[in-house]
Amino acid sequence: MKLNERSLAFYATCDSPADNSGFLYKRGERHTAYHRRWFVLKGNMLFYFEERESREPVGVIVLEGCNVELCDSAEDFAFAIRFGGTKSRTYVLAAESQAAMESWVKSLSRASFDYMRLVVRELEKQLEEMRWGLAGGCGGSRESAGSWKPKQCPEQLPALPAILPKENGCAVWNNALGVGQPLDTSGCGGNDDEGTPRPPPLPPRRRVLNGEAVVESPSTFCQLHERYSQEVARLRQDWLEKQR
Amino acid sequence: SVLKKRLVKLVVNFLFYFRTDEAEPIGALLLEHCRITKEEENVFSISFIEEPERKYCFQCASEEQCQEWVEALKRASYEFLRRSLIFYRNEIQKMTGKDPLEQYGISEEARFQLGTHQQ
Repeated sequence: MKLNERSLAFYATCDSPADNSGFLYKRGERHTAYHRRWFVLKGNMLFYFEERESREPVGVIVLEGCNVELCDSAEDFAFAIRFGGTKSRTYVLAAESQAAMESWVKSLSRASFDYMRLVVRELEKQLEEMRWGLAGGCGGSRESAGSWKPKQCPEQLPALPAILPKENGCAVWNNALGVGQPLDTSGCGGNDDEGTPRPPPLPPRRRVLNGEAVVESPSTFCQLHERYSQEVARLRQDWLEKQR
Repeated sequence: SVLKKRLVKLVVNFLFYFRTDEAEPIGALLLEHCRITKEEENVFSISFIEEPERKYCFQCASEEQCQEWVEALKRASYEFLRRSLIFYRNEIQKMTGKDPLEQYGISEEARFQLGTHQQ
């Protein structure tokens, strides 16, 4: 299978900080001898070099869908990266100390893209819930609004694709913080079996004003803010007219 | 150059491409340090920072599909995900005074630190 190897090598050697690096012994594929290699972990890619000064890695292990575990081996401080599937191999590595082994096992088990995505989604959800909680509480008085200002509108937060993979160009993804965006695209060949994540919870129904019930639909904080400011302007106008 | 029909699959930070009738991919592109550019109608390209003049061009069935791919690919890199995490972590910390990663026991992980990964 072809890979854009130059780009891979660039990623491995560019000056972006590594998530872990150090010497490890790697057991050979066919022969069980261990070879000392320089390992660099960046993102979900574990590169290894012949020497620390080598300009290009000799190999890379993509850390998706694998388990990192300690293993029994004649070699001290050994651990394994195990992939599922019949054709997949297990990589056996050994560190030079207990501390190094523990550090590697920890950083490798958290290296997958999937893991990162999970944590990001969790934080994104927390942030949304906090903003909805504050927006809903702003309904009555405006004087306290000054004490908390959002730094930027939710639309400006990076929106993450909710669902991967995509096939044949059909993207099903949801800007969870936006409103009025289609949840899926028309003409899509269908990738909906995984389902789209639930939209943010509705803000509480507003009080009846001037005899009309205002029904809220899911909207961003900025839209709510805009709506309240118009209401304030209208109330102020009414008050000014009453003063005459 | 000739356009060839391919099944294209975005999985984590890799773009796999297949011949339409085969189960195994012919190749894959690692999507780190790359630039996604909207070209002419229905077309986008991927180029890499170390070889910017070389463009991998893709023609979509529609402009809408093209836009979806551009948006998806721009967010596909691990590094983008990392930046998002650091951003959210920081926002939550500012709003609550607490580090949201503490509950997972991963506050000290090198990969989540603000200082080390800013461009």
